[in-house]
Amino acid sequence: MSNTDFALAVEDLTVSFDGFKAIDALTLYIDKNELRVIIGPNGAGKTTLLDLICGKTRASSGSIKFKNQELTGMAEYKRVRLGIGRKFQTPSIYENLSVFQNLEMSYPAGRTVMGALAFKCTDAIKARVQVVADDIGLGDRLATEAGLLSHGEKQWLEIGMLLMQEPELLLLDEPIAGMSARERELTAELLQRICKNRAVIVIEHDMDFVKRIAHKVTVMHQGKILAEGPMEQVQADPKVIDVYLGH
Amino acid sequence: MNTLKTWVHRYQLASLVLLTVLLAVVLPLTLDIFRLNLVGKYLTYAFVAVGLVMVWGYGGVLSLGQGVFFGLGGYAMAMFLKLEASDPISTKIQSTPGIPDFMDWNQITELPALWVPFKSLPFSLAAVVVVPSLLAFIVSFAMFKRRVGGVYFAIITQAVALIVTVLIIGQQGYTGGVNGMTDLRTLAGWDTRTDSAKYILYYACVGLLILSILLCRWIQTGKVGTLLLAMRDKEDRVRFSGYDVANFKIFTFCLAAALSGVGGALFSLQVGFMSPSFVGIVPSIEMVIYAAVGGRMSLVGAVYGTLLVNAGKTYFSETFPDLWLFLMAGLFIGVTMAFPLGLAGLWESHIVPWWNRRLAVMRGAPAPGGGPGGPPLGEPAPTAASVAVPANPSTLPRRDPALPDGVSRQGV
Repeated sequence: MSNTDFALAVEDLTVSFDGFKAIDALTLYIDKNELRVIIGPNGAGKTTLLDLICGKTRASSGSIKFKNQELTGMAEYKRVRLGIGRKFQTPSIYENLSVFQNLEMSYPAGRTVMGALAFKCTDAIKARVQVVADDIGLGDRLATEAGLLSHGEKQWLEIGMLLMQEPELLLLDEPIAGMSARERELTAELLQRICKNRAVIVIEHDMDFVKRIAHKVTVMHQGKILAEGPMEQVQADPKVIDVYLGH
Repeated sequence: MNTLKTWVHRYQLASLVLLTVLLAVVLPLTLDIFRLNLVGKYLTYAFVAVGLVMVWGYGGVLSLGQGVFFGLGGYAMAMFLKLEASDPISTKIQSTPGIPDFMDWNQITELPALWVPFKSLPFSLAAVVVVPSLLAFIVSFAMFKRRVGGVYFAIITQAVALIVTVLIIGQQGYTGGVNGMTDLRTLAGWDTRTDSAKYILYYACVGLLILSILLCRWIQTGKVGTLLLAMRDKEDRVRFSGYDVANFKIFTFCLAAALSGVGGALFSLQVGFMSPSFVGIVPSIEMVIYAAVGGRMSLVGAVYGTLLVNAGKTYFSETFPDLWLFLMAGLFIGVTMAFPLGLAGLWESHIVPWWNRRLAVMRGAPAPGGGPGGPPLGEPAPTAASVAVPANPSTLPRRDPALPDGVSRQGV
């Protein structure tokens, strides 16, 4: 495959579980600085796609290129070190650690055993933690145990943990699930702020939210791409209405 | 002053000093040398228990084969001591003088190549740490890189324990078989069987144990400790934060193995023999019991657990020879059922709050929730407690009893 200017180039990607093709010859390009939203009915393969990009699931065939580097076959932690951050569907944070520690552990330093043994939390790291914590609205909750945060705050914390790593590609799986209207508002603002210098892929169901944040929308259905384009165009597409929006 | 206080708190120096005083002053003054030597023997198991706190409590990986590493360390030391005890003069009645007696009994006529380097003390001392770590590395690398964990890992370690035992017993010409290596007398010409030598070895054991605890505490309070806790909670999150999770588990497992090896070597020195009965499945599980009774999240607790269980074992077996195994089982089941975090957990959740209430009452501060009738159990007086001992946050009421001291505040 040729090299491209895209942040992420997924080409001919297929993964099958016991013959069932969860992703079927899928091709997808994400531009630099783009915020792409993927929508689609349950079982369309949205989460599987993110799993494939971040390495949680191995591809059966096809190619995933990030900054023109082939990802398939690369260990998960190496993909993270290349600059891919993944937020899981249910908030995945360290409940027993404080908000500060959650962010500190995500700072990209001391990632080897020896590095971690020699790791010191410098003022620069503390400052960075404070900046990110302010950004996600948890600036005054640093000492709080993460398990005591509300559901929405946990979602933000996980996004903050990704921001600590300054990823160039951010994969967010349903970031506003379980959030109140006000929290959704704040999250939309947050996403618009953080997509400035990076590509972001968001999986979401809430159409109002999608309309608000998406640059482009990709509709998936049965492991394939059904439609792609600006929200208005996609919403008007009869195929999309038939399988998804109409229901 | 404040930095000293944080330092004291970070390393839990108060409880460590208490333990040191008990081991280095109180016990030597109150026990005769026979009993003290017994305590010294128990303390060698405590090295394993401390290692288990790291690998099981912090790492969340239960190993039921720590006896293997204890045994390997012990055998490495015993091989050196045995060679020294088998000089040509004291073994002149053998058909091949100058080799260990059990080799002679098994018709071996020259020292096996494996044994030759163990003539050197520095090599043997290095082997005490390196050999267990190496085996631990091989086992854990194979397991953790393939993401084998939990029950499967426990079963594999059991299998390793069984294999090593069978190997040692089967190769009796090389290992002394089921009898092990007996009749160890001198270390570089120094008779280890005298009372003074026993005192010195006891203190060496206590010193090394305290150092090991400090080392583990340093690791626990650093980034590795926090990462281990994070991994136990959400392994995938750690992996997708750019860490190679397996490496951290391998490191912890090797650390525990190295500590166990040191314990085993001290056992050989203090007790004067080493045998497969400290290697197999049963001793390995017993060692897990020590850590469980003491509290698998507490390094100091693990030492107390080891001492208590072994003291109980000695006392029960001397006093109730027919019943002692049942009493031991009762002790174990009782402690783990009632206090899942062991004695250390009991201390944190009941004794410290109780003591703070007493302190508050004595100082005349009103204890909320009750006068002499008794304040509600397990519900410490928040303000009174923090006024009473402001320097030590561990006495503050805690929300989550599953969190050991220092965990929830690391690095903050």
